[in-house]
Formats: sequence, C-alpha cells, structure tokens
Amino acid sequence: MEMIKASKLIFDYIRRNEEDQIEEVNRAIDGLDAEIGTGDFVAVLGHNGSGKSTFAKHINGILLPTEGTVWISHMDTKDVDRIWDIRKTAGMVFQNPDNQIIGNIVEEDVGFGPENMGVPTEEIWKRVDESLKAVGMTAYRMRSPNKLSGGQKQRVAIAGVMAMRPQCIVLDEPTAMLDPNGRKEVIRTVRELNKREGITVLLITHYMEEVVDADRVIVMDGGKIVMDGTPREIFAQVERLKAYRLDVPQITELAYELKKAGMDLPDGILSREELIEHLVPLISTGV
Amino acid sequence: MAIKVEHIDHIYGAGTAFAQYALRDVNFTIEDGEFVGLIGHTGSGKSTLIQHLNGLLRASNGQIYYNGECIYTNDYDMRALRGKVGLVFQYPEHQLFEADVFSDVCFGPKNLGLSKEEIDARAREALGQVGLDESFYRQSPFELSGGQKRRVAIAGVLAMHPEVLILDEPTAGLDPKGRDEILEEISELHRKKGMTIILVSHSMEDIARYASRLLVMNQGEKVFDGTPKEVFRHYRELEAMGLAAPQITYIVHELQERGVGIPQDLTTVEEARDAILQAWKGK
Repeated sequence: MEMIKASKLIFDYIRRNEEDQIEEVNRAIDGLDAEIGTGDFVAVLGHNGSGKSTFAKHINGILLPTEGTVWISHMDTKDVDRIWDIRKTAGMVFQNPDNQIIGNIVEEDVGFGPENMGVPTEEIWKRVDESLKAVGMTAYRMRSPNKLSGGQKQRVAIAGVMAMRPQCIVLDEPTAMLDPNGRKEVIRTVRELNKREGITVLLITHYMEEVVDADRVIVMDGGKIVMDGTPREIFAQVERLKAYRLDVPQITELAYELKKAGMDLPDGILSREELIEHLVPLISTGV
Repeated sequence: MAIKVEHIDHIYGAGTAFAQYALRDVNFTIEDGEFVGLIGHTGSGKSTLIQHLNGLLRASNGQIYYNGECIYTNDYDMRALRGKVGLVFQYPEHQLFEADVFSDVCFGPKNLGLSKEEIDARAREALGQVGLDESFYRQSPFELSGGQKRRVAIAGVLAMHPEVLILDEPTAGLDPKGRDEILEEISELHRKKGMTIILVSHSMEDIARYASRLLVMNQGEKVFDGTPKEVFRHYRELEAMGLAAPQITYIVHELQERGVGIPQDLTTVEEARDAILQAWKGK
C-alpha cells in the first residue's frame, strides 16, 4: 500500500504585480509521478531549485497542486475537510530548529501539537513521554530548548512531530545547520523511528553520506524525478549525478576513481567496511 | 602579521552569578595570506571568536592586534577595521534588502563615502569575483536561488575591499555543486589576490581540501592548531569533541591496521587514490 502518491503533479509559483496581474510563472514541479510505500525510508536528492522542497510541502497540504493530485494515505490533499487529518498523518521537520521550537521547556514544546489537536491532558502526557523516549531526549524534558545543541533541538522538533502520532515524517534538510555529531544524532534517530515504529520517512538532504542507508533514493531535477533506485544503483552512476549538480559519498568517489585506474572493484560501494574488504586482497596480491 | 590574538577571554554575564566563559585564554597569530579553517561543535565558541576579530564583540580580558596595532586602544579606528576584516555571517542572504542585486552590493562602499564611479567599479569587480555576470545586476536578490543569493551577500562584503575575509559556514544548505563553486571562488580570492581567509565549517572534507592551517575550538578553548594533516591525526580526540575527521582519514587508518603500507596523513580523495594505487602497483 502506498503512503504517498502523486499523479501528474504540477506546481507553479505565480508572481503578481500590484494590480494582481500575473507577472511571472515559475514551474517548480513539472508533471511528477511518485509512489512511496508505507514504512519506506526514502531519500530525496536534487540541487537547489530542483523542486524537492516544493514537493515536500505538497505532502501535508502546505502547498496545493496547480494541476494533478497528491494523496497521503489515500486522502486527496485538496480535500479541505480533511486537512487536519492530512497534517496529522504527515508531519514535517524543517532545516532550522530555532524556527520550529516555541515552548519554554522541552516537554511543553513537544506537547504543543497534541494540545492543539484537542487531545485529552492524560493522553498528551503519555505522548510526550513516549515521543521524548523515542528520540532519546527524556533526560532533557525539563530543560530550556535554548540551552540545547543543534542536534538536540532538532530531536525535540522531531519529538514534537511524533507526539501528533503521524504515519509519515517529511524532513527537509534537517541536518544542514548541524555539526558532525548533531548530524549523526538526527539521522540515527530518524532511522530508528523508521525501523522500530514503522514510520514512513522522506528525507531531503544535500549530504550524500546520509542517504547510504535509505531503502530508496529519488533524484529530482527540473521539477521531475530523474533517477529512482537503491542507494547502490544511484551512486553507481557517478558522472550522471555530477551532471545533476550532485555528488557521491567520498567513499564511493574513491572507489570509483580506483576502479577507473584499473582496480577490480564493484560499482556503487557505499561503506567503509565494503571498500576495505575489497581493497585489502587486491593490494596484497597486486592483481 | 595580520591578526594577533593574545590571551583573550570572553565572559557572558561577567560579575553575575551566571558568568560563563564563552572564550578562555585563546591565543594565536594569523599571518597575511593564510587560509585558516576553524572548526568546533555547536557552542564551542567559533562564532564568538570570529566576532572579536573585527571588533563586533570586545574581549573581557586580553588583547587583539591588527597589523601590529592594538584594536582596544581608545583612538583605534574600529570602522576602518570592519572594512579591512570582512565578516560573512551564516545565512548572509537574510541580510539582503535592496531592490536589485547591484544596489545591494553598492550599499557597503556607498557608506564609505566613495565616488559613484569607484562604487560602481567595486560592485562590478565584487560580483565578478563571485561569478555573477551583468544579467544579474537588475534582478531582485529575492528571486535568485539560494546559492546565488549567498554570492550576492559575499560580493557585498568583497566590495568593501577587505584584507581578511571571514566566512561562517558559507556553504550550509547549498547543493554539492553550489558548495564546490563557492569554495572555489573563495580559494581563488586567496590564490590570486592573496586575501587572508578564515573559513568556519562543519565539513571536515571541505576544510581538508582548502585550508592550509586548522584551528579547533572546544568549550571556548583552542585545543588544536596545525596543518589539517596534523590535526586530523587526532581523529579520536576530535570525535570525543563532537567532531570528526574526513572519511578518507578513516579509510587510510583502517587500511594501515590491515597491514597495507600507505602513508598515514591522507585527507583527500586524490591523495588516497594515488597512495592506494601506488601500494597496489608496488606489489
């Protein structure tokens, strides 16, 4: 069953002048078709302006299609009556944690979503407990969010989304502002939510290393999906990715360069272990 | 000798019960024409430190010298210092405000009281340095892509003709190509114009590729100062501080542990490729 489905999706950013006449139309999504299965961990890559974030904002109805349709868990996002169900089903986490946190203390921030949904108090506390536990932030529940590191803030933001009990989380470059440790914390948390709780994850990122463990990688360019496959299939196509202004993880690039120089290595090596296991016998025998 | 930092402390809330050291006894000298990388986890004091270098923040203790002159003497010209030490903040595109790209870049030099011709010339030169041609001049900065906006903001600082350029995470949120383009442009300013560069980054790979010297901050103190190769040798200590070494460093160390004879201090893909090929062909 698919969690997210987009059919012939088109989205135009329309600029109007002071007289409300259309001055410029900028097509950000151009006939996109996509299906994302329940429980999948899907990474979305694409250069700035490729339409990734515009697509992400369609998933919970922040933006509505100019043409075509997006369904989330079989609900049409254009269905005004179901907008709250849609937003409960798909939660979003953005780039800058400081723009997403509103509570004075961590637990208050996490409880904000369910409180607005009219969840009974007892149930809110239960959800706050569970969500903080799920992101490993229980020890910080009485702290001020201002005093947390970037990675911790982002985990609080994820807990806030989790407290709404979504079936799907869309993360739009959640690690762009974080240091290496913060990046690791956030990616580990998201992966665990996907594995343990079966939450469907759509992760938009510019860090190729974060994509390696996804079930599936989608590459966008010019408002369309241009590549779709497993990380190994995608990262085996080094030159094509570079043509889309993207990159491969350094490990993959090193393997690719070595292969080009004549070493007998498979395409799309993704992990350190894999590369080492292939390299050691090659180097020791000199073949 | 461009910048000399001597025993500076920065204490937030000094004299109160909440006094907290953001910087503690930091010392270093940055020579003219160096390309210095500055790394540290969030809250390590990097941003506080760079704001001292052009006088936006004042040290609680200690001295800072720019070209041999102490910037804390009473008659020191702070305004001139801010022109010479250009600071590009994180997400500098949030500071764009003019109606078109060209006017935005002119804003700084206009405030220096220069002639119209000189202002125009500087804006053209600065936009050229960041790779934006005339077709961008009359566009609204708000309709550009993320990478283009950031270039406009950097050009605004370059138009002040700084001798030292400090950039706080200039590539955050940019796609890989945009990241490489901006870093290449910065590197060119360094190579061709001899500009002193201080680059704050969370990307160890970028630092390894461009910086010739690396300063590491941890909890307000400078903990390492050396070439990237020297500093990344301490990758386990860096990890304990919430940092890391470039991925290549890990590969090289693991290969060594497995008995492959390659040099220890490799940090970039090109270096690792050449060393591995040499070990392979040497057999």
